[in-house]
Amino acid sequence: MRVAGVLTVLRPGLLASVQDLGRYGHRQQGICPGGALDALGLTLANRLVGNCDGAAGLELTLGGCEIRFDAPTRIALAGDDFGARLDGAPLWPCWSVPVQAGQVLRLGPANEWSAKAGLRSWLAVAGGIDVPPVIGSRSTDLKAGFGGHLGRALKKGDRLSLGIPKLDAARLAQRAFGLRAPEWEQDADGAVALRVMRGPEFEQFTLAAREQLWGTAWRITPQSNRMGTRLDGPELKRKRHMDMLSSAVIPGTIQVPPSGQPIILMGDAQTTGGYPRIGVVIRADLWKLARAPLDGRLRLAEIDATAALQAWAAQRHYLAQVGQSLAAAGWPVPAHNPPEGERHHAD
Amino acid sequence: MTQAPRLHALGDAALLCELPAPATLAQQQQIWALASEALQWRGVHEVLPGMNNLSLLFDPEEVDAAELEMQVLSAWPQLAGMAIEGREIRIPVAYGGEDGPDLTEVAAHTGLAPAEVVRRHSEAEYVVYLLGFLPGFAFLGGLPPELATPRRAEPRVAVPARSVGIGGAQTGIYPLVSPGGWRLIGRTPLELFDPRAAEPTLLRPGDRVRFVVESAKL
Repeated sequence: MRVAGVLTVLRPGLLASVQDLGRYGHRQQGICPGGALDALGLTLANRLVGNCDGAAGLELTLGGCEIRFDAPTRIALAGDDFGARLDGAPLWPCWSVPVQAGQVLRLGPANEWSAKAGLRSWLAVAGGIDVPPVIGSRSTDLKAGFGGHLGRALKKGDRLSLGIPKLDAARLAQRAFGLRAPEWEQDADGAVALRVMRGPEFEQFTLAAREQLWGTAWRITPQSNRMGTRLDGPELKRKRHMDMLSSAVIPGTIQVPPSGQPIILMGDAQTTGGYPRIGVVIRADLWKLARAPLDGRLRLAEIDATAALQAWAAQRHYLAQVGQSLAAAGWPVPAHNPPEGERHHAD
Repeated sequence: MTQAPRLHALGDAALLCELPAPATLAQQQQIWALASEALQWRGVHEVLPGMNNLSLLFDPEEVDAAELEMQVLSAWPQLAGMAIEGREIRIPVAYGGEDGPDLTEVAAHTGLAPAEVVRRHSEAEYVVYLLGFLPGFAFLGGLPPELATPRRAEPRVAVPARSVGIGGAQTGIYPLVSPGGWRLIGRTPLELFDPRAAEPTLLRPGDRVRFVVESAKL
C-alpha cells in the first residue's frame, strides 16, 4: 500500500520555503512567478524520486537545516549540498536515496560556507510536498504571504504532509543511485559566467558602461535575495537621464537603478519595473544565477537570440536524456502532469 | 492611427512592444486590445501590459521571435480604436490623520488646503492602466496635475496595507504591507488582493476608479 508521509522541520536554516516550478499566467495581476529559482535542479530532484517535474519541494538557503522524515520515503537533493548527511551518511547532489522513518537530513552550518560552497539547495521528497495550490501553484509567495506552507517561510517544528508517492514500496526502498549533476565551467578566477542578451535600454548606456558590463567580474552582495541578485562594481552610467514608464521585468532582467549598481531580478521580483534594463540573462543560465554564492563573482557575456535558443535546446536535450536513462534503468518517469490550471514555463 | 510599436527582445522568450511617448489613454486602449488578441496566438502564453507598452511571453519552440514580430506589426493597424469598457469601482477612503499621515505635506507642497486636496483627489475619475509591482497594485491615470507631489526622500520601510498615496504624478493604493516612498493621504477598508478569491484582484485594466470620502481628518 502506498501511504503519504510527513516531514518535520527541526531547523529551517536561513530561509526555507515550499516551491514548485512557479505560478504562471498571473503577471497581469501583479502576481510574480516565484517558484524554485533553479527550475532545472528541482526538476532533476523530482525525477529522481519518481515525482512529476512540477511537484513541490523545498528550497533551502545556505545550509544549516535539519529535516526529519516521519515515514519511509525517498529523497533527492539538487544544488549545493552543504555537506548534507542523512543520519551521518553523505547525500550527494542528484542522488536518489531511500529514507527510513525517523531519519534526519542535516545540511552543514552556514558558517562553514566558502565561495565554493554555493548558496541554495532544492530537496524533492517522493510524493511532493502536499500543500494546497493557491492561484495555480504550491509555491510560497513570501512577499504577498500566500501559497506554500501558510504563506510563509518554514519555521522550526513545522510539519508538512507529503503526497502519495508514485513509487511503490519496493522502489521507495531501492538502493541509492545517482545522476551526474549539471555543472558549469568556472572562469580561472572562480567567477560564474552568465550569458546575457542586450536589454531594451542597452543603447541608453554610455560606451564605457557597456564595456564595463561585459568586462567586469561583478561581486554578488549579501543583500541579494529571492527578489534579486545585487551586484557591486563600476557605476554603469547612462548617456543622459530619461524617465522610464513602468514596463515588464522577468527573471534574469538586469536593471540598473540610479546608483549604477545592477540588480539581476529573480523569481520573486515585482512584475513591472521603472529602471532601465541593460540586459537579460538567458533562461538556460538562470539555474547558475540561483546558485552563485554571495560574495562570489559573476561575469556577464553577450549572446544573441539564436545562441540563447541553442543553449535552451541543449538544456532540454540534457533533461530528455536524463528521462531516458532513468526509464532505461526501469525507474518510473511520470508523464508531465501539472495540477489543473497550472502551466510550466521555465522562464 | 498611431505609430507602430517599437519591438525589442526581452531575453530569449519575451518580446517588448513599446509605443512612442507620451502615454495616453488612447494608446493604452490599443495596448489592451493587442494583449487580448495576442493571447489567442500560438506560442504566446502570457501577456503583461506596462504603461504605454506590452510584453508578450512566448515559447520559442512554438513560435519564433521573428514570426511573432510580424504578427504584432500586421495586427497593429487593425487594432487602432479598440477600447475596453471597464467597470466603475468606488473606493471608500478615510483621508488624513493616522490613515493619511502625509496629507499635510501634500497640501503644503501643492499650496492647497488639506480639504481641497481631498476634494480634488476624490472628484477625479481614474482609469486603471495596468496592474504591476505588487499583486493587485493598479497604476492609475487621471490624477489632477496640481496634486502631483514628489516621493519622500526616504521611503518608508513598511507602508500599511490599503494605504492610498501620491507619488509624483501618480496615485495608487498599496495592496499589501510593503516598502514605499509615496505620500500617504488616506486608507481604504477594501481588500485589493485576496489570493483565495476566484478573482484575486479588486481592479482590472480598463476599470474606472472613484475615491469616495468616507471620513476626513484635516
